[in-house]
Amino acid sequence: MNFQDSPAEAAYRARARAWLEKNAKPRASNVRGRLDQPGDAAHVARAKAWQRLKSDAGYAAITLSRDLGGGGGSLIDQIIYRQEEERFDVPTGVFEISLGNCIPTIAVHGNPGQRQRYIRPAIQGEEIWCQLFSEPGAGSDLAAVRTRAERHGASWRVNGQKVWTSGAHFCDFGLLLARTDPSRPKHGGLTMFLVDMKAKAVEVRPIKQMNGAQEFNEVFFTDLVLSDDARLGEIDNGWRLAMTTLGFERGAVAGGLGFLDHQALLEIAMQGDDRLMEDSRVRDQIADAYLVTEGLKFNNYRVMTSLGRGEAPGAELAMGKLLSAKAGQQAAYFAMDMLEQRGMLTSETLGDHWRLVERSWTWGAAMRIAGGSEEILKTLIAERVLGLPQEPRMDKASAFNAANGA
Amino acid sequence: MDFDFSEECRTFQEQVRRCASASGGILAARAVLEGGQLYAADLYADLARLGCLGAAIPEQYGGLGLGYLHLCAASEALGAELAPVPLSSTVYLAAELILIAGSESQKAQWLPRIASGDVIATLADVDEPGAACACAGERVSGAKAPVGDGMAADLAIVSARKPGDADRLYLVNLGEAGVRRVTLRSIDPSRPQARVIFDAAPCEPLGGGVSAASALDRAYDRAAILLAFEQLGGAEAALRAARDYAVERRTFGRPIGSYQAIKHKLADVYMANQLARAHAYYGAWALDAGAPELPRAAAGARVAATDAFSLAAQENLQTHGGIGFTWEGDCQLYYRRARHLSLVIGSQGAWRNKLFDELSSQRRP
Repeated sequence: MNFQDSPAEAAYRARARAWLEKNAKPRASNVRGRLDQPGDAAHVARAKAWQRLKSDAGYAAITLSRDLGGGGGSLIDQIIYRQEEERFDVPTGVFEISLGNCIPTIAVHGNPGQRQRYIRPAIQGEEIWCQLFSEPGAGSDLAAVRTRAERHGASWRVNGQKVWTSGAHFCDFGLLLARTDPSRPKHGGLTMFLVDMKAKAVEVRPIKQMNGAQEFNEVFFTDLVLSDDARLGEIDNGWRLAMTTLGFERGAVAGGLGFLDHQALLEIAMQGDDRLMEDSRVRDQIADAYLVTEGLKFNNYRVMTSLGRGEAPGAELAMGKLLSAKAGQQAAYFAMDMLEQRGMLTSETLGDHWRLVERSWTWGAAMRIAGGSEEILKTLIAERVLGLPQEPRMDKASAFNAANGA
Repeated sequence: MDFDFSEECRTFQEQVRRCASASGGILAARAVLEGGQLYAADLYADLARLGCLGAAIPEQYGGLGLGYLHLCAASEALGAELAPVPLSSTVYLAAELILIAGSESQKAQWLPRIASGDVIATLADVDEPGAACACAGERVSGAKAPVGDGMAADLAIVSARKPGDADRLYLVNLGEAGVRRVTLRSIDPSRPQARVIFDAAPCEPLGGGVSAASALDRAYDRAAILLAFEQLGGAEAALRAARDYAVERRTFGRPIGSYQAIKHKLADVYMANQLARAHAYYGAWALDAGAPELPRAAAGARVAATDAFSLAAQENLQTHGGIGFTWEGDCQLYYRRARHLSLVIGSQGAWRNKLFDELSSQRRP
């Protein structure tokens, strides 16, 4: 029972740390948690340059094999690298979906030509991928996507709309889930495609979010023509591929989301009114924040232990996002309450340390939805981990077009 | 990274589980609850034979000297079966206090007999209101209640005050003249409580007469972690019971476990249990390593485990519906034990407060 690195893990950590110290600046010591990063062109350019450096050193796509351009390491290596990287001021976010979700899916399901063409440039940061899954009528019920890909001889014609596509405005390619056979039951008529986001028939419209930023987009396809080479995996097997992608996504957030933790709350309490530290509500909230954020950290030690034994944790990883999104949101409410009326002000007045409160408040709400809503993920845990029976699904067995009037 | 019990610990845990299951499993808890016995004596004897009672007691005092991880693993297994044995009183509290504060001869006198199961011991710390224990000469007078396993115990460690002095700890042989005991009804009769009345009963200072507060703080930290494993075992067992019932029970033509109201509730229980397990493991590490983080780890393990078992026991009963409220149903056994364990070394509020104190003292220069 320990959480010390094994000799191999310690050696990997030491190498990663030395490399980071040589190539990046440490974060300012007063900055906690993960903060919003701008999505503008200058930031994307900085992120691409950093990605290139990482890929040359084997720290980009650590788990992909070396012949594909990855680091040839284990999931544990990747977790260790991320723990180390968090302490440095480097551009993050831009490649999360590209390399966390899309490229691993292509590595698993792509044909040799696709793997050859797409994986290396993505790892080196030259090309960025987005995930074209959700639609206005298909979010939690993802298998209800209506974007159509119709076969015309040797090519496909795509029409429809996607939404909540993170980073579509700076991405070069997208992983598209589209309906190829509406006469089959909904999970059985989907196919995955690789799409050039710069094509004329693809239109990207930004969505302005509640927090004022524009990271999500709507994406419209109007008679986009794709050759059959752009198809990933078998025709009508797209659902299985989408599940591969979402499995990678859950693994990425298992250890928490970097929102306000007990230490950040404690600092706010200590800087505030003297009576705060004796207030039982303050004491309870800070203790509860510790239980979730540190509990997820300790739980991640267990995940790493099971990975080290060659086991493959699955749906249980959904817990990280479920608990940390809600705890982050609650911690933000509580941080504002501690300041009484001044709690309504922003970091502009209250100082930079308040940015994490703002981020936890806005993104806490968003992360209870993004990457699988709280409700969907609890159902997932109940069915996959606890083995409870599936809810009857009215449209599961019938033809998609008959069940949905499509 | 090896944040789990070793194979050897797991094997020991499985032996303990088989022991508890052979003595009737949860039926043994019901038997004690329904009266006639103070604890499951056959199971306690089996645990002694297996080395469970002395797992963390050094070999020189008749134990196995395996450290605390074996005991943590065993506690989880016993918690899952709601084992009605005086383990927490005797081993987590009394034996640990003797190890922390006892003299060499006290350790040599009592620990081998605790490890062998020949002596049941307990901590008598809570004064009966208006009858605080006082020590004069080598005699103690006053009353303590509740005293866990007070009717079964042969030996008690009693906190008492000498005029003008801090509380100190004393060993009292409960078979002596001057000791009277009365069974007290409690919320979980499968873990019986007593009032113990001392009327100039002979007593002996524990060790060199350390202050009760400092020795108890250290003992409670250790007990909090061991109890957290019992609570975790109970919480996981209550979740299994709820899950099994939700698969089998049907309403409106389908299993109740197919409804989101039940699924989401049980997913919440699952996550609380996982958090409790993570904190319990961290506590086990701190306890076994004697790490300076021990007080914080103990408070975290205690609070998370109390949250988890409380939620699991409540929602197990709720998932069962009316049958959960019957005497015959097992839900009440978890419901009672969860509440009992959440009070046994101090309330959730007190431990949350302690957790905050540990967190804030780390931040202050």
